[in-house]
Amino acid sequence: MHMADALISPAVGVGFWALSLGGIAYSAKKLKDNIEEKMIPIMGILGAFVFAAQMINFTIPATGSSGHLGGGMLLSIILGPYAGFVVMASILTVQALFFADGGLLALGCNIWNLGFYTSFIAYPLIYKPLIKHNKFVFLATLISAVIGLQLGAFSVVLQTYFSGISELPFKTFLLLMQPIHLLIGIVEGVVTYGIVKYVTMSKPEILEHSLGNYSGKVDGTFIKKIVIGFLILTIITGGILSWFASSNPDGLEWSIEKVYGKPELPEKEHTLTNILKSVQEKISIFPDYTFKKDESKDAEAGEEKYPNIDLGTTLSGVFGAFIVLSLTFLTGFILKTIKKKRPS
Amino acid sequence: MNFDREFFNLGYLDRLSYKDTIIHNIDARVKVIGAIAYIIAVLSFPKYAVIPLIPFFSFQIFSIIIGEIPISFIIKRIFVVSPFILFIAIFNPFFDRNTAFYLFNIPISYGILSFFSILIKFVLTVSIIIILISTTSFSGLCYAMRCFKVPEIFVNQLLFMYRYIFVLAEEAMRMVRAKELRSFNKKGLELKFYVKLAGNLLIRSLNRAERIYYAMLSRGYNGNMPYNKRKKLGFPDLLFILIILIMIYFFRFLEPVNSMGRFILRLIR
Repeated sequence: MHMADALISPAVGVGFWALSLGGIAYSAKKLKDNIEEKMIPIMGILGAFVFAAQMINFTIPATGSSGHLGGGMLLSIILGPYAGFVVMASILTVQALFFADGGLLALGCNIWNLGFYTSFIAYPLIYKPLIKHNKFVFLATLISAVIGLQLGAFSVVLQTYFSGISELPFKTFLLLMQPIHLLIGIVEGVVTYGIVKYVTMSKPEILEHSLGNYSGKVDGTFIKKIVIGFLILTIITGGILSWFASSNPDGLEWSIEKVYGKPELPEKEHTLTNILKSVQEKISIFPDYTFKKDESKDAEAGEEKYPNIDLGTTLSGVFGAFIVLSLTFLTGFILKTIKKKRPS
Repeated sequence: MNFDREFFNLGYLDRLSYKDTIIHNIDARVKVIGAIAYIIAVLSFPKYAVIPLIPFFSFQIFSIIIGEIPISFIIKRIFVVSPFILFIAIFNPFFDRNTAFYLFNIPISYGILSFFSILIKFVLTVSIIIILISTTSFSGLCYAMRCFKVPEIFVNQLLFMYRYIFVLAEEAMRMVRAKELRSFNKKGLELKFYVKLAGNLLIRSLNRAERIYYAMLSRGYNGNMPYNKRKKLGFPDLLFILIILIMIYFFRFLEPVNSMGRFILRLIR
């Protein structure tokens, strides 16, 4: 699932380069402040270990296919998030250069997709809280590996979509990517758990005084900064990209258009779908992402070629982003209160 | 076996990068900048562009010849990494069926155009990376990264990692061989064996890291990696980057294919 150069636009590539380099610089600063010089050889060797472990293929039970380790979660568990992220980034760099897996411009995207989510979302927010009492270790590893990969896969889809080079409709691509990576995530989680357990059982002291312990804390301000950065990015992209999004029909509409000759399904009166549809029309504030306006105006606007910059569309894009973000914020808030209520 | 092939590739690229040709001798910083400019220029073409991309192959042809890189190696590498891109690009002809033009009465759709555009961009960008890495030593690349202000910790452990990939890969190879020799006709590695094998490798790696660290300490390591002094860019380096950038500009913005085509047509008339 390495992103390739040929699928991204320069803007997306450069944007994610900036994000990933920012992440590396921040992690490097954190490491420099907290960690002794012993870390550098250990980080380097562990990177080489993941590389070697990736070269060995194993058979996936019940499918007959073979897979290999990803390693992001394993690195975070052993090294802690900051060092884990830096090592993952360097593994991806070597892969991009020597195996032409991914590309130079797509490297930023790949570091983000495969490194950021496991190290800074799945590890601190899922793995760490779950293993607090040394219970649920298997569950914690499994869930965090799965979530890290799901987020990564989702962001591959987003990057492809925003680059606009592939014609694959957003929903179709999403439906292809997420289930595949659910499977990969489960395998990754099982393998990661197995390796960590094997090492802790046969040589417990090794993981004791290697690093995870004192570099394991992600401080809140970093997450906060990232969230704010994301907020700004989402609003900007939501605003700009909705100009493009609305004027070409998306996949489902397109296939309906092919079958029926017009973009909406032919409607029979007084059916359930009709009722649902009218309900949906009443509920949704932005039907088809644009403010309601005169039909005649719409027809005129339809003549233009695609970057038709339209205040209504932009506004609805920004609003959409805002609603999505507030929903995520709300879910996070609810989760947090639940966690607080439960005595730990 | 998959393992041997990948291991071989890594060592092969490393050996390629120590040749002594004009391209190998050019400063790594210059080559990195050139490669990035090239990739951005190629990717900035509109999605239906096919013909204007063709001249960009001239960089590959030039460096394959001058840099003595075996072309079969590059082609093999491209094939190995192509499945994902093919999987995604193959959908374009299905979803974008508006006819762009007729080629000998056969309708060519926009989807087919963008499909080929993606493929060509893919081949161009992948091959330029292979060329960059097979003409530049890894330490040179790391040096370039240092000069571009990439964080020191990142570069240092990247150097470390690269050095030990070979050692650990060899170790892994021995373990896999040993397991295969003892498992008779069984093909593949089952998950539970893999976990133990990888766990064992991890223990060995961590032990090795410990030994390396002490060995480094006893040789005066204090957390800083010594580097060569900054080299100055020479005249050939500057000339190289100037030529590269001018060529990229020329191919990107002046679209020589069209004007050349017109010129030849006029000659024929």
